Amino acid sequence: MTLIATQSLTKTYGGRVTALADLTVAVEPGIIGLVGANGAGKSTLIKILLGLIAPTSGVVSVLGIDPTADPAAVRNRVGYMPEHDCLPPDLSAAELVTHLGRMSGLPRTAARERASEALRHVGLYEERYRPVGGYSTGMKQRVKLAQALVHDPDLLLLDEPTNGLDPAGRDAMLALVHRIGTEFGISVLVCSHLLGEVERICDTLIAIDGGRLLRADNISAMTTATDVLAVEVSEGTEELAARLAELKLPVARDGRLLLVPLADDGTYDLILGAVAELDLPLHRLDQRRHRVAELFATRELAHA
Amino acid sequence: MPEPSTTAVRQTPSGVIHDIGYQRYEGPRLGRRQVFGALYLHGLRTAFGFGRSAKAKIFPWLVVGIVSLVAVALAAIRSQIGEPVATYAQFADAMSWLVIFFVAVVAPELVSRDLRSGVLPLYFSRPLPRSDYALAKLLALSTSLWLLLGGPQLLMFLGAAFTTKQGMRGVWNELLDLLPGLLYAGLWAVVFASVGLLVASLTGKRAFAAGGVVAVFLMTTPIVGVLSILPSRAANELAGLASPSTLVQGVGIWSLGDLLVEGDPGEMTIGGFGPLYALAAVLLVAGATALLLARYRKVAS
Repeated sequence: MTLIATQSLTKTYGGRVTALADLTVAVEPGIIGLVGANGAGKSTLIKILLGLIAPTSGVVSVLGIDPTADPAAVRNRVGYMPEHDCLPPDLSAAELVTHLGRMSGLPRTAARERASEALRHVGLYEERYRPVGGYSTGMKQRVKLAQALVHDPDLLLLDEPTNGLDPAGRDAMLALVHRIGTEFGISVLVCSHLLGEVERICDTLIAIDGGRLLRADNISAMTTATDVLAVEVSEGTEELAARLAELKLPVARDGRLLLVPLADDGTYDLILGAVAELDLPLHRLDQRRHRVAELFATRELAHA
Repeated sequence: MPEPSTTAVRQTPSGVIHDIGYQRYEGPRLGRRQVFGALYLHGLRTAFGFGRSAKAKIFPWLVVGIVSLVAVALAAIRSQIGEPVATYAQFADAMSWLVIFFVAVVAPELVSRDLRSGVLPLYFSRPLPRSDYALAKLLALSTSLWLLLGGPQLLMFLGAAFTTKQGMRGVWNELLDLLPGLLYAGLWAVVFASVGLLVASLTGKRAFAAGGVVAVFLMTTPIVGVLSILPSRAANELAGLASPSTLVQGVGIWSLGDLLVEGDPGEMTIGGFGPLYALAAVLLVAGATALLLARYRKVAS
């Protein structure tokens, strides 16, 4: 089943500001990264998916339901974590998440149980009985995630979940999102302006810029096709480059590294053979995947 | 260049997350009516400070204490001198300034707090429609105001019923006096809740909201004062329309008659404009509710 599908989705504010332009994308369940600079239209897309705002034109479906026609049915099965601060400081996390569970239609006892489960899954234990006002940013982000999980949605929409977190907090949050996507059986759409962050945990990546789709594809499809081998020798880099060129291997230089496109396992043998033949001290030989960032590099430069 | 690996993902900090496994929820999911009911009850509890800090309980219960005390005192005096000091409706009128202060504290508690903390997107990303949120809060505030006035009226009734010397007939007569009083309290509640909640929903700052509510209810009184001393009888009789409190009293005078103003017509006269007062009250409540719903169609989208 297609998780999210849009067809020529366009949203303009007041007929002048274009937030989304002719966006057509279809993604399968899994962890989806939605990447784009600030103002690229990520939050607008999420709000359209939730049925909070109506698109100017185009068609959208979430979990097979049209959010413009039946927003309640979509929201029943979707959990949303907003980007900005949204927690009342004087309530405890347990009270807030329980109340929001009830607002999602859980009966009283089920809401209480699911709230403590959700808070436990995001890593909040005894502190959940303290007022949220005294929480660290990392803990607040976890509460926001817990309230999105409390009603056991089929899809989570996370708007910048790592915002304001320190590097350790970011890693922990990403690990949590990865666990939700892989172990909980819940699909996740993670919004971020940091490509390096989401590419670590996503199956699928959607990149938008200025409301337009740059690219949407599987992470694996984006990277495997362009794998290269990086070879580093302590000395004789020139000789090795010349030798590999003789072997009809398209060698590229990258500082002290030699980059050779990986055709098949034979490429390893050819390189190792050449190194042994020249009797050079091999420093390293490893497979290097293209960073996804490189796939967008030209487009991003063009817009810079 | 470092491998774009998933190391961070794999190095899950083991002391932070214990995996007992995630369980899907298979139980029932309640519909719109039950969710509305849950939000309404939550609002009603919030109004009286239940489930809130001790600080939030002080003011509502101070007001409840004062009105109850007045009711008990009235009942006690009545049992001594044998005739009512104030009717049920007069009691509601006399307590009106306390109702205003109760609204000024509770309405911001119900809506301004949510605006301030930015929690509304968490509500509106759930199935509950925006209008349900606003209406549940309005209903909760109306109910709390009605309880605030109706509860003490019930105390007065109990006092009168237990000390009546006419047996069951006396209790029955007393009940016939109480019911219009409760209806009148309901009118106070609906008018003050709809106007108060609308004012409070305009700002996330609780102090501003409280000030705004008090201003709307009290600052309009001088207008009534000025109009009622103009040398025109029609202006005097229509003066009450200018302020919510006098508007409610006008409706009371028209519909309850001597239950509110015994014999002595008092300072306020509405002449033959009673139906106009009733219409104005209905329009005020309907208008304030419509504006409240319009406000919540826009806010936090």
